[in-house]
Amino acid sequence: MLDKLFGARPTRRIFLAGAASLMIVRPAAATPQAMAAAIRQVAGEAEIKPGKIKLDLPPLVENGNSVATTVKVESPMTATDYVKAIHISTEKNPQPNVISVKLGPRSGKAEFQTRIRLADTQQVVAICEMSDGTFWSDKVDVILTLSACLEDPV
Amino acid sequence: MAARTLVNVPPKAKRGEVIQIRTLISHAMENGFRHDNMGKPIPRDIITSFVCSYNGETIFDATLHPAVSANPFLTFHTVATESGTIDFKWIGDNGFSQEASAKITVE
Repeated sequence: MLDKLFGARPTRRIFLAGAASLMIVRPAAATPQAMAAAIRQVAGEAEIKPGKIKLDLPPLVENGNSVATTVKVESPMTATDYVKAIHISTEKNPQPNVISVKLGPRSGKAEFQTRIRLADTQQVVAICEMSDGTFWSDKVDVILTLSACLEDPV
Repeated sequence: MAARTLVNVPPKAKRGEVIQIRTLISHAMENGFRHDNMGKPIPRDIITSFVCSYNGETIFDATLHPAVSANPFLTFHTVATESGTIDFKWIGDNGFSQEASAKITVE
């Protein structure tokens, strides 16, 4: 039967070629270490404490292509006490950085919303830098059912 | 190619009020990690920077990476200080640049 279909018996070589074509070459994903390095790049040697900042992401995401994200920081946003910057990083996306925003006393409210891509079930981290030089962070674990970033267009 | 933009700024505000600004721009945000049908990598083409200025003063500055969704949407806040214009500028790969502006009246 197989002889009729293929003309010859499927050999080990044909099988291996077929198996190889099924393997999809994926770019190396960022690792928790890469994320830590990216965070160190923005924070330097400063201590990053949990608190003050609130990262709001749905805990279960169906489609990683567009994940509504809200970041809020408790801050009076006055000329002497305000949030300078907010950074979002991921553990397993191809690159750890997602978005960095700069705010100032003119912002009135330290809050922003955007939509991000997530490549895998992972931890998302938000870090804020205050005008007094302190850093605060919040982490959210997200479970993902459909990955973004790496899928190819049809 | 000009991208379509949508900016939402309240037309009127009280002095000192914190207003919400919402922006949306049509852009594929091609992340550079995907391949076409022939297996060739699709080059990265994203918006890398977004700046919002209020009467010339920068009030919000964002650096975007490939992990921002297609058609980047951003919501942020500012204090309504005086009447004038709020300008928005997106800058991206391959010389992409798009501007938009909105008027605000502060009473």
